[in-house]
Amino acid sequence: MTVAVNPSQTGEPVFYLADEHPHPEGWSTSLGFWIYLMSDCLIFAILFATYGVLGGNYAAGPAPKDLFDLTLVAVNTSMLLLSSITYGFAMLTMQQNKVAQTQVWLAITGLFGLAFIGIELFEFAHMIHEGATPQRSAFLSAFFTLVGTHGLHVTCGLIWLVTLMVQVGKFGLIEANRRRLMCLSMFWHFLDVVWIGVFTFVYLLGVLR
Amino acid sequence: MSPDLLKLIFGRLGLESLPLHEPIVVGTFVVVALGGAALLGGLTYFRLWGYLWREWFTTVDHKRIGIMYMILGIVMLLRGFADALMMRGQQMLAFNGSEGYLNAHHYDQIFTAHGVIMIFFVAMPLVTGLMNYVVPLQIGARDVSFPFLNNFSFWMTVGGAVLVMASLFIGEFARTGWLAYPPLSNIGYSPDVGVDYYIWALQVAGVGTTLSGINLICTIVKLRCPGMTMMKMPVFTWTSLCTNVLIVASFPVLTVVLALLSLDRYVGTNFFTNDFGGSPMMYVNLIWIWGHPEVYILVLPAFGIFSEVTSTFSGKRLFGYTSMVYATVVITILSYLVWLHHFFTMGSGASVNSFFGITTMIISIPTGAKMFNWLFTMYRGRIRYELPMMWTIAFMLTFVIGGMTGVLLAVPPADFVLHNSLFLIAHFHNVIIGGVVFGAFAGINYWFPKAFGFKLDPFWGKMSFWFWVTGFYLAFMPLYVLGLMGVTRRLRVFDDPSLQIWFVIAAIGAVFVFIGILAMLMQFAVSLLKREQLKDVTGDPWDARTLEWATSSPPPDYNFAFTPVVHDNDAWWDMKRRGYQRPLTGFKPIHMPSSTGTGIILAGFATAMGFALVWYMWWLAALSFIAMLAVGIGHTFNYHRDFDIPADDVIRTEDARTKLLAGAK
Repeated sequence: MTVAVNPSQTGEPVFYLADEHPHPEGWSTSLGFWIYLMSDCLIFAILFATYGVLGGNYAAGPAPKDLFDLTLVAVNTSMLLLSSITYGFAMLTMQQNKVAQTQVWLAITGLFGLAFIGIELFEFAHMIHEGATPQRSAFLSAFFTLVGTHGLHVTCGLIWLVTLMVQVGKFGLIEANRRRLMCLSMFWHFLDVVWIGVFTFVYLLGVLR
Repeated sequence: MSPDLLKLIFGRLGLESLPLHEPIVVGTFVVVALGGAALLGGLTYFRLWGYLWREWFTTVDHKRIGIMYMILGIVMLLRGFADALMMRGQQMLAFNGSEGYLNAHHYDQIFTAHGVIMIFFVAMPLVTGLMNYVVPLQIGARDVSFPFLNNFSFWMTVGGAVLVMASLFIGEFARTGWLAYPPLSNIGYSPDVGVDYYIWALQVAGVGTTLSGINLICTIVKLRCPGMTMMKMPVFTWTSLCTNVLIVASFPVLTVVLALLSLDRYVGTNFFTNDFGGSPMMYVNLIWIWGHPEVYILVLPAFGIFSEVTSTFSGKRLFGYTSMVYATVVITILSYLVWLHHFFTMGSGASVNSFFGITTMIISIPTGAKMFNWLFTMYRGRIRYELPMMWTIAFMLTFVIGGMTGVLLAVPPADFVLHNSLFLIAHFHNVIIGGVVFGAFAGINYWFPKAFGFKLDPFWGKMSFWFWVTGFYLAFMPLYVLGLMGVTRRLRVFDDPSLQIWFVIAAIGAVFVFIGILAMLMQFAVSLLKREQLKDVTGDPWDARTLEWATSSPPPDYNFAFTPVVHDNDAWWDMKRRGYQRPLTGFKPIHMPSSTGTGIILAGFATAMGFALVWYMWWLAALSFIAMLAVGIGHTFNYHRDFDIPADDVIRTEDARTKLLAGAK
């Protein structure tokens, strides 16, 4: 934004804008959403810290080695990473104004996300079935909460994704919808980054420990 | 109906949940019910509901939302202060074998509710309200970045307050102290609904606070008028920016720690339990990682208010603007590195305690720098002792005492002796009342004429001032003495009769403060009646320096007919000095956000969900949650959220002001 704030040609100081253009719609949205993401990041930071403090307190119960199936987690991780790539494709086609293709990529993203949630729920059910419940030890409380919070975020992302697909279907790739897709994109990739942390610190280090 | 069905519908809520056996609560309920009925009846009789709904409840105007925050803060102050009076009365009486007049069950709720209400529902709304009202005006903006979120944030704060108030009459409140430390707050030791009310009230209000933090940061970063670089922002805007950064960077921690506590209570996890590997001290650490920044969230805006007031009423530019900004930023950062000083007695060892002791002491350096800046601003100034300036001077004297006792407590060995004593109670009331409350009152007296177009009555204002200030010293200086003698906090009865006199003095002080509060309410009433005499048509009654005084009082919906252009720190002072002429022609339509009822509806469902979770009414919780989701998503299908104020309306408003200004000359 360039506005002449210096004295005008006549030498008189300018104290107001006679000809003003309002800020474009969504002027603050990216910044606002980014700050929201950082506050969300803090939520994960605290959950990671909690896991860091309590993660070794097995209370004579099962330890990560007994519970984690790295193959399953690897499959799960690839689901989420692939969903990030397909979301990227959705954004590329959005830039080219191709509604149908954008919708297809969004749908694929959603399916990968759904698969991720499904595998995670399967893993949780399996653990609970084996007696490794969130109530069993502080380690398991922290594990289920950290991973579950991530899963909850992905679920919210899926609901949001469906909403946006309906809106893109109804109103097309208008400015407001592009902005919303951009926000969801940030959210989706953010969850991916958080998952890298979960994968590394919870699963990989857990099995090593 | 069968008990099973009743349980399904009402959860654990039953007739026995109503505190009918507590005469004090029943009496309060009767008074509140009568007062509430009278208020609602009056609103209905005068057909004000439609007006309130259209113009206030659904408004997205930052000015009206700011005023509603202030009203919430003042109403809740009455509740929080009633708790304080009851505690002072109990501690004054409970000597020589007397049990006082409050049983332990009730007394423990009172001190918990007092702390929670005063911090979350008095201090926070007052501070947020002032920021909401003043910041967009000071930066020459028309509203905040996300006007709908602003409305939603406000109603979420109200929702939290409603839950706390509900706990007075339906069930009970927590009996744990204001931070609800486990294991006491765990289900084993607090099986009743008190802690659940605490959790959900803070979670609902916390969402509002976090969103309002994001909103104000964006507003300050993105909506400043041309020419207003960061280092030309008014100091109040700077402190607001830092406060909102603190909010966004600390409230999520509170959200998580309360969520973990609720998991412990509802699901049976083991985060903060004594067995199965849980660690109660982790709760204490986490909650203070939020809690310490929180006190700076409250006091930084107050520092900003004092800066504006000192400079305005000394008729001088603020001394050391740059150092003021840097001091604020340094305090912002340091406030994250001191949390452990709240529990040196945890036993984390000499090195850890020294680190946190030293960081705590370092905070007093930027704070001291601020104090000197205010003093040097006053030095050789032409000081006008109007009410805002009186509160500022009371702050400077009082806060320095509180700051010094704070540095005393920062010394770990001293803290081991004073920990959890009345010395600590005296210290934090000293800084919160002397800093935040006096700051809010300075701000109210300073900006009231901007918001309503007439000044507050000085006589009742001075009555309020003197009763508050003397009352504060009478109430809390004895607590320092008692604390040094080893009296711990939250005690209900005492054995040593020699202590009684100090509690009697403190109780007299509380009565003085009570008179101060009544005088303040009187001040509002009298000012309203005398509004013609106290009227200000200039929009600049104090001969002030920043942009909010450039527009009319009250400002029009659009704040400024033309967006201002800024050349100097004290923008309005600069405009006055250089012969700024108010534009009389050339008005254009102005783009503004539209009102919406979505915020209050969403917050209503959130509050219902909180209430349902407190009482285990799972169907209601699920229903409210689904409703929230539906309304929230439905709202995103509305793409038309703005409108244009037609140029004719702007011309009419501005012409009216021109006439007023001409009449004033």
